[in-house]
Amino acid sequence: MEKFIPIPSRPAPVVEVGLIGWMRKNLFSSIPNTLVTLFTVYMMWIVLVPFLNWAFISADWIGDSRQDCDSGGACWVFVTVRWNLFMYGFYPEDSYWRPNLAFILLLGILVWLSVPRLPFKKWVAIAALTVYPVAAYTLLYGGFGLDVIPTHRWGGLMLTLVLALIGIVVAIPIGILLALGRRSEMPVIRMVCVIFIEFWRGVPLITILFMASVMLPLFFAGGTDADKLMRALIGIVMFQSAYMAEVVRGGLQALSKGQFEGADALGLSYWQKMNLVVLPQALKIMIPGIVNTLISLFKDTSLIVIIGLLDVLGMVRQALADPAWLGYPAEGYLFAAFMFWIFCFSMSRYSIYLEDRLNTGHRK
Amino acid sequence: MKKIATLVGAAVAVTAAAGVNASTLDTVKNRGAVQCGVSDGLPGFSATDSAGRWQGIDADFCRAVAAAVLGDAEKVNFVSLTATERFTALQSGEIDVLPRNTTWTLTRDASLGLNFTGVNYYDGQGFLVSKELGVSSALELDGASVCISSGTTTELNLADYFRMNGMSYEPVLYDTSDQTAAGFEAGRCDILTSDQSQLYALRLQLSDPDSAVVLPEVISKEPLGPVVRQGDDVWFNIVKWTLFAKVNAEELGITSANVDEMTSSNDPSVQRFLGTSGNMGELLRLDNQWAYNIVKQVGNYGEVFERTVGTGSPLNIERGLNALWTDGGLQYAPPIR
Repeated sequence: MEKFIPIPSRPAPVVEVGLIGWMRKNLFSSIPNTLVTLFTVYMMWIVLVPFLNWAFISADWIGDSRQDCDSGGACWVFVTVRWNLFMYGFYPEDSYWRPNLAFILLLGILVWLSVPRLPFKKWVAIAALTVYPVAAYTLLYGGFGLDVIPTHRWGGLMLTLVLALIGIVVAIPIGILLALGRRSEMPVIRMVCVIFIEFWRGVPLITILFMASVMLPLFFAGGTDADKLMRALIGIVMFQSAYMAEVVRGGLQALSKGQFEGADALGLSYWQKMNLVVLPQALKIMIPGIVNTLISLFKDTSLIVIIGLLDVLGMVRQALADPAWLGYPAEGYLFAAFMFWIFCFSMSRYSIYLEDRLNTGHRK
Repeated sequence: MKKIATLVGAAVAVTAAAGVNASTLDTVKNRGAVQCGVSDGLPGFSATDSAGRWQGIDADFCRAVAAAVLGDAEKVNFVSLTATERFTALQSGEIDVLPRNTTWTLTRDASLGLNFTGVNYYDGQGFLVSKELGVSSALELDGASVCISSGTTTELNLADYFRMNGMSYEPVLYDTSDQTAAGFEAGRCDILTSDQSQLYALRLQLSDPDSAVVLPEVISKEPLGPVVRQGDDVWFNIVKWTLFAKVNAEELGITSANVDEMTSSNDPSVQRFLGTSGNMGELLRLDNQWAYNIVKQVGNYGEVFERTVGTGSPLNIERGLNALWTDGGLQYAPPIR
């Protein structure tokens, strides 16, 4: 008997594999699908092509005055000549190294903490929470031999980052304490926390900022020179901690009762129970919620423009009023939007990375 | 909102005025800088140039005060303020003087615990029309559609004006001035109304600024001037006379270019002005060179006007009401004597 030799399998038909196959499967599988595809391509053609042409191909990138913008496309010169203003506000030019150094240090700490192989994590974390704030304050504001740079000269992206970072770093611990307090069995503590949370969550951030900038100074009129930035920051932190508290409470409630009872059964004290059993699990669940709040805080910081502090968006709007550069709102606002997008997108990616890294239970 | 602000202002004006006891002049001298409240961006009045330097007629007024008080026009801390918080900032002592394109009205003067020191710029609501329309007077605008930058007084003035003249119009409302200019350019309306000083800025945002003209009619009075706290007459006088000094300098023909030659002038009023004779500065508790410093470092009223909003600037606003009284305008200052 002849030995059975299977003929070698033929390659799949061209229409089933590769780019064509993929397109047939995903874009043209049915008549409605084909119509949607064609419509989308058409829309992209009429919207995206002119936009790309305006924003990149026929745009002006180099120059130092309005006269350099004559090609009919976007005038990015408007942004480049004011780059320093958009980044640092009215911060003195010879001191730009100070905010730069402060943010590089911060970036270093963040990277150190997130790369698993690097040692001394605990010490770096402690330094980040104790030494770093003092160092950053000294660098940005002054003291210890550095010139004092009053906060009304701060602005641009630097101010946005300062507001967002302080808001985030201070609001998280306060939020955790408030959430624990709200679930406490001691009525006074519970009442205080509930009132605090419901009060701050019940007022819009705009109102709080207005109060901080318009009403507060009148209460301590006469000499007390409470800094405008400081007043806004206190308002933002209060507002943000109330929101954070509710996110944390959500995480606490998601834990099964058994975890609490198990910890109690082991004879752990309240703080041991929270630190060792409850919070490590709860915080992990809460990452998406926390990051969501942080991103919205980051974007909310641009509201301070209503109290005359000029963050990156405020500086852009300011620039639009320069008589020598009137008429470039599209470029300005696009730039501001892009700045915000970079930071919000990074935060969002970082949160996904954290979720993956801390995911000890149900692997995907 | 406005009502609340006024109420709050009135309620605290008393406490605030009582709270800020130390003389503003001493505070400024100790600090070594004038805290000056300006808008957070208004073309020609206060806006930063690409080097981050505040430019504009309001910003230059801050410099003039600093030149008069401290002898150095650069010793100014600019504080950018929104319309809502400007008066509080002044009442609470955060700023010393507020030249933030603020209209002088009775309510503000009488109920906020503040004093207006004079008029730095006579503004008024006007109309911008496309040249194609072939209109030369606002009275020919019956039935027109009007783009309005939001702001209730603008709308009210417009309604009053059209009703008074028995004309009809169709309002098209916009939030920001950029949108208004874009709407006007896209042909959503025949005319655009706003304060005249802003019309010139809006006109510049059109792709072809020469296609539109600002009509001569002004339908409201908007005298803009610097504001100080009530109850500190020394400081009030200083700011008031800084304003007058700039106008007097123009009237006397003293400019930043010729001020040094003028010190040897025989004209007694020039001598008094520049402090070469008399003790005018001391009466204001300032240096006798106060007016010399203003003119030398900042310029006279006309110079500042032309540089910031006038023909020397992109805005190209004519002097109009802001010309000297000798040239048919309203800028008039009491003599320095």
